Amino acid sequence: MQDFAASFLEAFQLVLGFNSGLLEIVWLSLKVSMTAVVVAAIIGLPIGAFLAVSRFPGRGIIIVTVTAMMGLPPVVVGLVVYLLLSNAGVLGPLQLLYTPTAMIIAQTILVVPIIAALARQTLEDLNVEYRDQLKLFGLGSFARLRTLLWEGRYSLMTTLLAGFGRAVAEVGAVIIVGGNINHVTRVMTTTIALETSKGNLALALGLGIVLVVIAFTINALAFLLRAAAERSAYV
Amino acid sequence: MNRKAGLIVGFCMVVSTALTLGGQSAAQDHILLQSTTSTQNSGLYEHLLPLFEKQSGIQVRVVAVGTGQAIKNARNCDGDVLLVHAKAAELAFVEEGSGTVRHDLMYNDFVLVGPATDPAGIKGMMKIGAALEKIARARAAFVSRGDNSGTHKKETALWAATDVDPVGYSGTWYRETGSGMGATLNTASAMDAYALTDRATWISFGNKADHIVLIEGDPDLFNQYGVILVNKERCPNIKDRAGQQFIDWLLSPQGQGAIGRYRLNGEQLFYPNGS
Repeated sequence: MQDFAASFLEAFQLVLGFNSGLLEIVWLSLKVSMTAVVVAAIIGLPIGAFLAVSRFPGRGIIIVTVTAMMGLPPVVVGLVVYLLLSNAGVLGPLQLLYTPTAMIIAQTILVVPIIAALARQTLEDLNVEYRDQLKLFGLGSFARLRTLLWEGRYSLMTTLLAGFGRAVAEVGAVIIVGGNINHVTRVMTTTIALETSKGNLALALGLGIVLVVIAFTINALAFLLRAAAERSAYV
Repeated sequence: MNRKAGLIVGFCMVVSTALTLGGQSAAQDHILLQSTTSTQNSGLYEHLLPLFEKQSGIQVRVVAVGTGQAIKNARNCDGDVLLVHAKAAELAFVEEGSGTVRHDLMYNDFVLVGPATDPAGIKGMMKIGAALEKIARARAAFVSRGDNSGTHKKETALWAATDVDPVGYSGTWYRETGSGMGATLNTASAMDAYALTDRATWISFGNKADHIVLIEGDPDLFNQYGVILVNKERCPNIKDRAGQQFIDWLLSPQGQGAIGRYRLNGEQLFYPNGS
């Protein structure tokens, strides 16, 4: 229990002290995970949308596969990306190992299935609801997809937040492909792992509290955004 | 069609941003050091590297993993310099052509830590081998790294010199964590178990609970650190000149002096013996 009390104190001191080292780490965490979510959305939303509205043989298998991949173990993804980006690997010449880009790639792989699978469910449900109307308007398939994406935007925002949550909280992949290099690839979770390994449990937990507060803030902002948008929609 | 083109342009923009994120720092002059964890966890690099960086303008990026992992990464050409502590494995690394020359860099020692209550009653013993045998006879909990790290290799060698094969008891009193030194010490603290650790990690470790050093000073507990430049003939991408410059500095009177001057909580953690 002492550790818990001490860690809250550490967390307060970390935030109040406005430690520039902490700021650097938080900023890199956000930069890496947000970029990963944006890239994953660009890849995952079209996949989800396509699976939602189309019917073809083997669709069920693909949906099950994408959904199952939500459970990809970060360490395994980290290992695969490491093997690819390593100088002994096929993508070695790109010299991306131990850079933030490598971390973005690993997190993107983790987030794409989440966004694709959740978006597929959201859009499929919406499609059932709106199908007849959309047909009645005589919209083409692309315009129909656009309408569905727009109507489902709030649910899809939650999907993106789920993806962001996965990205910003995982440590297994980024510690392998990033290497936890000070001032280069050190993010919140790898710092927590490092401080735990140093036996600085209170500091590690304090950093964890900071991470939770950041995640809370981002989710709260998204919630407020949605509330504001809905209010203006009814005026 | 327009929208599709927009999507593609957007995607390219994001990817290129992502690439620059990584590229930005890659443009600077830097080398990659594959390292054991004790040198990082003890704060040695924070003391040493700024001195070298200031003098040479070369940034040293440290990837701190276990010795076994560090050697593997270096073998994949994912590092310019290797700094670890497992002499036999280091010599094999040079022998197979992955590294150029191995230099002794510095030393300290391993210590056997355990709960102050000392259930096996080993405190004050002079020989580590006898102490390990006594722990085994008492079936007192012993936590092993179990991860092929330098410390694990050392522990395995120490057991091999006794008449006990602890791996046969794995899961009973002998527990292999398969994790880093810090995680293993956290486990030992929580389990009231004995563990072998390098002194630098132990002194800098923040979660000692009621654990203390029980066995130290046996010549068998000597812990030598070595440094090796990765072989450019096998790994054309490595920065051999900057890497060699770093090694030369570490072995120079300046570098050796800086290693010897490093103190944590008033204690000297590493003793330079570069060659």
